Amino acid sequence: MSQRQITFEILRYDPETETEPRFQAYCVPCEEEWVVLDALNYIKDTLDGTLNYRWSCHMAVCGSCGMMINGEPMLSCKAFIRDLPAGTIKVEPLYHFPIERDLVVVLDDFMDKLESVKPYVIPKKQRPIEDGPYKQTPKQLHQYQQYSMCINCLLCYAACPQYGLTPEFIGPAALALTHRYNLDSRDKGRRQRQEVVATHEGVWECSFVGACSEVCPKDVDPAGAIQQMKIASTADWYLEHLMPWRRS
Amino acid sequence: METIESDVVIVGAGGAGLRAAIALAEADPGLRISLLSKVYPMRSHTCAAEGGAAGVARSDDSMDLHFGDTVGGGDWLCDQDAVEFFINEAPKELTRLEHWGCPWSRETDGSVGVRPFGGMKIKRTWFAADKTGFHLLHTLFQTSLKFESIRRFDEVFTTDLLVSDGRIQGCCAVEMRTGEMKQFLAPAVILCTGGAGRIFPFTTNGAIKTGDGMALAYRAGVPLKDMEFVQYHPTGLPATGILLTEGCRGEGGVLRNKDGYRYLQDYGMGPETPLGEPVLKTMELGPRDRLSQAFWQEQKKGNTVPTKWGDCVLLDMTHLGEARILERLPFVHELAHAYAGVDIVKEAVPIRPVVHYMMGGIHTDINAATPLPGLFAAGECACVSINGANRLGSNSLTELLVFGKRAAESAVKYVRSGTTKVDRAAADQQANAAEARVQALFDRPESTETMTAVRNEMTHAMETGAGIYREEAMLKDTADALAKLRQRQTSIALRDKSKVFNTEFTQLVELGCMLDVAQAVAVSALARKESRGSHQRLDHVERDDETFLKHSMAHYQGEDAPRMDYLDVVITKSRPGVRDYSGAKS
Amino acid sequence: MSRNPYVREVPRTTWYMRNNRYIRYMLREVSCVFIGLYAASLTVGLVRLAQGDNEWTHYLNGISSPTGILFSLLAFGFACYHSITWFNVTPRAMRIPKGDGFVPGPAIVSAHYIIWAVVSLVFLLMMGVL
Repeated sequence: MSQRQITFEILRYDPETETEPRFQAYCVPCEEEWVVLDALNYIKDTLDGTLNYRWSCHMAVCGSCGMMINGEPMLSCKAFIRDLPAGTIKVEPLYHFPIERDLVVVLDDFMDKLESVKPYVIPKKQRPIEDGPYKQTPKQLHQYQQYSMCINCLLCYAACPQYGLTPEFIGPAALALTHRYNLDSRDKGRRQRQEVVATHEGVWECSFVGACSEVCPKDVDPAGAIQQMKIASTADWYLEHLMPWRRS
Repeated sequence: METIESDVVIVGAGGAGLRAAIALAEADPGLRISLLSKVYPMRSHTCAAEGGAAGVARSDDSMDLHFGDTVGGGDWLCDQDAVEFFINEAPKELTRLEHWGCPWSRETDGSVGVRPFGGMKIKRTWFAADKTGFHLLHTLFQTSLKFESIRRFDEVFTTDLLVSDGRIQGCCAVEMRTGEMKQFLAPAVILCTGGAGRIFPFTTNGAIKTGDGMALAYRAGVPLKDMEFVQYHPTGLPATGILLTEGCRGEGGVLRNKDGYRYLQDYGMGPETPLGEPVLKTMELGPRDRLSQAFWQEQKKGNTVPTKWGDCVLLDMTHLGEARILERLPFVHELAHAYAGVDIVKEAVPIRPVVHYMMGGIHTDINAATPLPGLFAAGECACVSINGANRLGSNSLTELLVFGKRAAESAVKYVRSGTTKVDRAAADQQANAAEARVQALFDRPESTETMTAVRNEMTHAMETGAGIYREEAMLKDTADALAKLRQRQTSIALRDKSKVFNTEFTQLVELGCMLDVAQAVAVSALARKESRGSHQRLDHVERDDETFLKHSMAHYQGEDAPRMDYLDVVITKSRPGVRDYSGAKS
Repeated sequence: MSRNPYVREVPRTTWYMRNNRYIRYMLREVSCVFIGLYAASLTVGLVRLAQGDNEWTHYLNGISSPTGILFSLLAFGFACYHSITWFNVTPRAMRIPKGDGFVPGPAIVSAHYIIWAVVSLVFLLMMGVL
């Protein structure tokens, strides 16, 4: 087994005893196949039990362990040490979120925004169970499938400079999920969601930096979703003004 | 201490907890519902389930066939009335999830697609590619946002149940971001806290699956049922234990030993089926316990492939072709590539059995009610039992829907029965005691004992004595080791004294829960002197229906080992028979 | 209450120096300044043309001076950068259904390049360069 001694510089913050975060270095004997999360667990288990971070599944699906690794937002369970440049590895909590403790950030803002976009099927009318499942062809499924893959890991918010500068921005993941439901053949709720998303804090805050899509571990492409929503919102505006009789 | 009064408290916001919350909100918008979870709901381990959810969908399938597969798969330890109820509800629940937006994979005509799973006579697994649990969890979570009456308490860690007057009064929980204890008063509590795979060293389970709810109920006097039945999933990636879904085999993947030989034919699951033409209930589509046991036998014969992470066999999907793999098994493709460095389109991937699921759990009846009035349980933490001695693959996702809803209905009925006024004084007293216990953890004197040492010794003891095959002497050693570890655990001191998001504190509480649950597993296994389903004894190789067609019940005895007694299995129409997985006859 | 969440301020004026991704984005945004200036220069040219031969010649001398040529090259470079980066993201902003899926991204990008080439060719022909 090939082990390498690697230094991790980890941002620490204990609000009870400190006024601002500081870096703390740990030297970890890393196995070849380790991800950054394995190193954090090693630190927690053998070097320093006071280090705090979120994690659970270790298979890139629960979305708990997003953090900044060498300045890039990544899932620490998918960040293979062998893929990172040699030398010290710097680990910080996700950018653009307040730090609760060590690598743990405050997620309240995202949770509120997610709720605000009504991320659920709003049917025209309630379908009785006896009527069985809706028909949805593979083609209709493909329309929205990509945008349903979001694990809410929030790497996209940490990558998005607009969210950093304008925290009111609804942001990539919540907008991608809005788009996901808008595109679902079972949903008739787009109009309700438009009130929230076709606004300045909604899609129009996005300037298509595209960073969200580049860091997304699930290839959801929120940036693409937002641009598509901008086009659709623009079309709405023209239709509404040029053909007022279409309004119902 | 802040007190939150509700009508129903749900502990755990994974699939079962969310389903229960929605059912409560739908039943009566006036109900005050508190949904507690030690993580944000979308982090719950339901998200890691891959393959699918079983429910009769096709015209060539029937309730009887699903019943037969489930009861036979469970080696006749299932309660047949519960299985029948479950099977009847399954298609309705899966349809409801469809209405809520679950992106089920589809046939070209737009109907929901089904795939075969191990131990099934007919294809009946509804799936959303190979991320079914993920989609199911997010669909439920997002749907739950619709209901204003569901008040969520995320990252709130439940430490105690409040019980007085012989019934539940609520629970106590520490808000992780402040470290403050909160008292949740309610006449009804539903536990949906998942399994305890983390008591083993090598598991598909996430870090959060530490048996908290099982331990809470157990300590409150509710027996843990059938704890000796622990399911090994035959196909986990070595090193990480990451699951490769049974869908791999459902789609036609095959298992080979080091010589490329499809060894399952030597273990009563043959004859060999042609490549790419999987036959239901045969070879690779045998049940999970049999497949995991066959691995163990191959390992004894020296037919496994040695890797740096231990012995493996090979899961070969190369004959499926790239298009089918990317359409049906995209996540498996990604996981094998990222965590094993294998492109499954081109090569076979090394795999080994890995602890996956606890059939046992909090004893409940068919209404998801425990013997403690007001306390209900659903999902993996509960044992109804529909899973018996070995759960049929893809029954668990359906189970958490069916029994999550059932628990909610039972809780509503109980709350409305009117005999449920909370005894405030007693609850306050207990909450204060719970808070003092938490403080005592912080005040423990320094010691050389470490959490890591105790945890590692626990998982090692479990693997050595309570693994795929068990025998008397080894189980005794394990049970003894666990008793000692429970003692040692009480002297572990916290180095982190901060109240804010202190995961060393939560880990210590979790360790206590895991040790209690692990001891129940070991002692139950020791007492069951037969081989049935996932419980295989080298010293008692036969099934013994005469003595052990019964549920084991482990009763908490404080610092001592649990007391065991037994409960009859409910048999309605299927007498115990032979589990036949050769050639899918009839 | 023991919590005290720590907020890391985003530097208002230098945030885009944080990584190359942001720098590339700012370059794309800045390109509009040069494209705008070039358009302004063309407008001035039109005005000069209307004012008479003398002014027009003066204008032509201006844009063919070394500074003028440098500016044109710079504007051309930025116009190309803007177009290429924009073309590359178009498949994500416009998904065109085809069969059960979508027209593949590279096809959409190629279509943009083809249209670009054709339009350029037409202009060059009209201008008599080719």
